[in-house]
Amino acid sequence: MLEKHKKLEKNSILLLIFIIITISIGGLIEIVPLFRLETTIEPVKGIRPYTPLELAGQDVYIREGCYGCHSQQIRALRDEVERYGHYSLAAESMYDHPFQWGSKRTGPDLARVGGKYSDSWHVQHMINPQEYVPESIMPSYSHMATSKASLDDIGSHLEALRVTGVPYTDSMIENAYTDAMAQANEGEANTKDGLLKRYGKNTIVRDFDGKAGFVSELDAIISYLQVLGTMADLKDYNPDVVE
Amino acid sequence: MNPSNNNIETQDDIGTTGHEWDGITELNYPCPRWWVWIFLGTIVWAVGYWYIYPAWPVISGDSERGGTKGVMEWTQYKQLEESQSEIFSRRAENLEKLQNTSTKDVMDMPELYEFAVVGGKSAFKENCAQCHGSGGGGAKGYPNLNDDDWLWGGSLKELSKTIKYGIRSDHKNTRNSVMPPLAAVMGKDSVTKVSRYVAGLSKGSSSTAEGAKEYKQMCSACHGVNGEGNRIFGAPKLSDGIWLYGKGDEQQIESQIKSPQHGVMPAWIDRLGEDTIKQLVVYVYSLGGGE
Ligand code: HEC
Ligand code: HEC
Ligand code: HEC
Repeated sequence: MLEKHKKLEKNSILLLIFIIITISIGGLIEIVPLFRLETTIEPVKGIRPYTPLELAGQDVYIREGCYGCHSQQIRALRDEVERYGHYSLAAESMYDHPFQWGSKRTGPDLARVGGKYSDSWHVQHMINPQEYVPESIMPSYSHMATSKASLDDIGSHLEALRVTGVPYTDSMIENAYTDAMAQANEGEANTKDGLLKRYGKNTIVRDFDGKAGFVSELDAIISYLQVLGTMADLKDYNPDVVE
Repeated sequence: MNPSNNNIETQDDIGTTGHEWDGITELNYPCPRWWVWIFLGTIVWAVGYWYIYPAWPVISGDSERGGTKGVMEWTQYKQLEESQSEIFSRRAENLEKLQNTSTKDVMDMPELYEFAVVGGKSAFKENCAQCHGSGGGGAKGYPNLNDDDWLWGGSLKELSKTIKYGIRSDHKNTRNSVMPPLAAVMGKDSVTKVSRYVAGLSKGSSSTAEGAKEYKQMCSACHGVNGEGNRIFGAPKLSDGIWLYGKGDEQQIESQIKSPQHGVMPAWIDRLGEDTIKQLVVYVYSLGGGE
């Protein structure tokens, strides 16, 4: 046995081959479950891909590093459910690339922040968090109010996500820019109908930052925050039911 | 130093692994016994764990939702339910009483009242304080909840409706009203006059002062003939010194006439449920302004 091992140690090609074999075994065990990822995603109604405006908002969220202070994952623990609401389902982040679960909670979890505040509260809170929560250590993001949301290439963004498996249709990609404008109430008349047809009638259409005239990053990020945790139809959800 | 003294092999009867590289050899110490036992123990433990708990993904038993289930059929959701029911059963007595008692009667039952106020207080801190301030003191655009000045009403019934369905919220039962932009209809002069008149109301303007006529025409339907407000529309009282927006100076009032602001309060019934809302109603009522 030892003699044979000696051969291995002295022949670099042979050693390389065996190293590859050994690592592949470990690698396979890690990778194979990913091919059956769908078995870990709960069947729940209502989850749709983000609208182009919400997606632009998520981009801002990632750029600003909000995930450094905020998680988006309510664990199935009593105190978390008590504070934040229904625990998060895998299905709720299946279209997030990258997912925003986070691991640090300097601020509260945001997985279900959608609908918890009004748009105008978010506007003021992003501009000056200490105005409403004097002890807050969240920094001011006032620049978002004056920066134009980056929407010029939002269609290609949808297209790229489609490659990763997000079910954007051709018409969603084609109309991405118009849909984004329509959702912020800055689109031309009747572009709203197309948006609602593509993303569902519950899609929130509002001038999120309250400033008519242009679509700001604030519009984008508030549209994103307002949809977080609101898509899944949790009333009908039962963890024991298998589809 | 004599190199031969460095050869530990000669000082110990352990022996070597037999490998030799340029005269360097490797001693063949066995692993410590305690370590070996712990190592074997973890393997045995793992096998037991696979048997009892959900462990292997992909390999699924009868369920499509991947993975082995383990004989205990443990899931984090069941664990959550158990830990919740423990709390619920501790609260059950009071909760049940609360469910079967009208909010009005709760006020006369000291123990239940206490229970509701404590529960309401903690829900308030998590969900309401960000807008209404931690003591309900309010902020610009967000009304004070511990005084007698109510936009929509401070009775138990009105509070309950406000909190459940919100104000100008997405809920279909929401309270709703709009102050229309009136500046264009009124003209510049008239806006200035009315603003001055309204600013003076809280300081005791008489009904014959300049601007009174225009006020009656344009504003009194909602804000009342004497600026006393109207709760049907959530139209604020203008004759007191309490202002939702700003300090009630002419400029502020003029801007409200030109481009009216409207407060939005979310609906809470779907998020918090009946029980918590009942506790919140009692808590808000207890802040001092209840009617
Ligand atoms: C330095 C850490 C920090 C960063 C970075 C940060 N926040 Fe916060 N955030 C907080 C803290 C602390 C609070 C709680 C106090 C408050 O409401 O301001 C908070 C509260 C919030 C809330 C209210 C949540 C609730 O349920 O009350 C929202 C929404 C929010 N943050 C969004 C954001 C967004 C969007 C970003 C990125 C643009 C961001 N935060 C970046 C620390 C942070
Ligand atoms: C996003 C901010 C926001 C949050 C969070 C919020 N409110 Fe409000 N609330 C408002 C605004 C704005 C108004 C006034 C609306 C108007 O102008 O008519 C209001 C009005 C009210 C009123 C009516 C006051 C009156 O004078 O008639 C009550 C009662 C109330 N809120 C209770 C609550 C309770 C209880 C909670 C927590 C469950 C809560 N609010 C959370 C923004 C908020
Ligand atoms: C259709 C009803 C309606 C009419 C008419 C109306 N208002 Fe209002 N007004 C409201 C409502 C509702 C609000 C509360 C908005 C809110 O809660 O955010 C309001 C708010 C105000 C405020 C802010 C009060 C505060 O506490 O900060 C002022 C000032 C005001 N109105 C003045 C006027 C004047 C002056 C006129 C006449 C030129 C007028 N309103 C006509 C419904 C009306």
